[in-house]
Amino acid sequence: MTESLFYFLASLTLLCALMVVISKNPVHSVLFLIITFFTISGHYVLLNAQFLAVVNIIVYAGAIMVLFLFVIMFLNMSKTGDSRMKTSTISKFAGAIAGGLLFIVLISALKDASVVGYNPETYNSQVGMVETLGQVLFTDYLLPFELASVLFLVAMVGAVMLGKKEEGESHF
Amino acid sequence: MESVDLLYKAIYILVIFGITLLIATYSTYFERKIAAFIQDRVGPNRAGPFGLLQPLADAGKLFFKEDFIPARANKALFILGPGVAMLVATMSSAVIPYGDMLIVGGREVYLQAIEVNIGVLYIFGVVSLGVYGLMIGGWASNNKFSLLGAIRAASQNISYELAMGLSLIAVLMMTGSLSLRVIAEQQAGFNWNIWYQPLGFIIFLVCAFAETNRTPFDLPESEAELIGGYHTEYGSMKLGMYLFAEYINIFVASSVMATLYFGAYNFPFMENLREAISDPVLANNVVTLVGVGVMFVKIFLFIFFFMWVRWTLPRFRYDQLMKLGWKILIPLAILNIILTAGGILLKDYLI
Repeated sequence: MTESLFYFLASLTLLCALMVVISKNPVHSVLFLIITFFTISGHYVLLNAQFLAVVNIIVYAGAIMVLFLFVIMFLNMSKTGDSRMKTSTISKFAGAIAGGLLFIVLISALKDASVVGYNPETYNSQVGMVETLGQVLFTDYLLPFELASVLFLVAMVGAVMLGKKEEGESHF
Repeated sequence: MESVDLLYKAIYILVIFGITLLIATYSTYFERKIAAFIQDRVGPNRAGPFGLLQPLADAGKLFFKEDFIPARANKALFILGPGVAMLVATMSSAVIPYGDMLIVGGREVYLQAIEVNIGVLYIFGVVSLGVYGLMIGGWASNNKFSLLGAIRAASQNISYELAMGLSLIAVLMMTGSLSLRVIAEQQAGFNWNIWYQPLGFIIFLVCAFAETNRTPFDLPESEAELIGGYHTEYGSMKLGMYLFAEYINIFVASSVMATLYFGAYNFPFMENLREAISDPVLANNVVTLVGVGVMFVKIFLFIFFFMWVRWTLPRFRYDQLMKLGWKILIPLAILNIILTAGGILLKDYLI
């Protein structure tokens, strides 16, 4: 049951991720990307990491992708005449070479990799639950956690600074 | 899971789904009746006694209207929009505990579709998805008013989600759990969260109005300037789906507020009622069933409140809406978190 579910989700993820790249219409691409996030959340649920699954949906599907969709709708790229972006031959070559190189690196990295199993006796199935996660974050990884939140604060202040109107700038 | 449990869950989910649709259907009727009462009119009174068959007549009319799709619209997304709106609206009722536990034939039956230890986050996630139906529909209509409605919906939802999440955090700090059932159990009797979180509740209430796009926050569909906003181009049952999703959202928001702040299925003198009946199984079942009734009374009061506000207050201007969200509600929510934290520390210090 779980295994067939995994294969179903995995194939759906790959299909949607491919459609993100293939779709001509940028809005379709964004929507496929949202479905991809959902299927990845499905994988998290299969791994018994419900917290991660829901946070993935809240942060990516619920907030970031709304902004993506927002911007793409505003720019309305599909309707202006040059929706099919003209790619020159040289950029196609460059893309093929770069992608091929990445592919080779991936293959060479995964060639000697072995699947690390788990020990059924010591494995804790509750490791992905929110209580366990909070315990670990606030004891073993307290400093990195707090530093990350300071980083977020800095980013937030930066965003406010960028968004602020300059003196004398016109209101649109 | 045993097959009996699975069967029970399936039946329960279907029942909740049916109740949700029924309440959403009759919300349209009561909205019109309440509007009529407030404006000193009669309201719908032709179809059936007191006009009670009006929602059925409306649904019939919507189904038999021409299903029109504008020529330059993105056809697939145009159809997908209302579907997404309905799907997301009906998803969140899965984790809400409408009642405690019934004992049927020695088997403990919980009146909650799924119990997950991240219930609050689940609801928050589903709420944050609610805007997609509007955005997809508004964009696919290929109409600038619809697009403006969709963009307004997106920025409004994102702005008010923040304050909503921050006001939720204060509740979570008090209860120490993300599970809605645990939160409901902790409010046993009259020990409701509203007594400890009045400010948090008001913030949550305002944000719930904004997230369900109800007046005074219904800028995405303001008829005066956007001619219906994101559903300008919609007709027949596709329009019906959008309106229906709004009423389902109101029902779900009301259930969430009743669960988080107004003690869910708990009511005062619950324990006295339990002790008054000698048979423990019967006592449990009676208390649970009364609790379900109490829960729905609370939900109906909230739905009434939504309608009361709609026919009383005028709409905000868009810059006022943004100012309220970012400059008033978010700082207030952060203040509420600090106050709650101080209260918890003080309580630990005193005891």
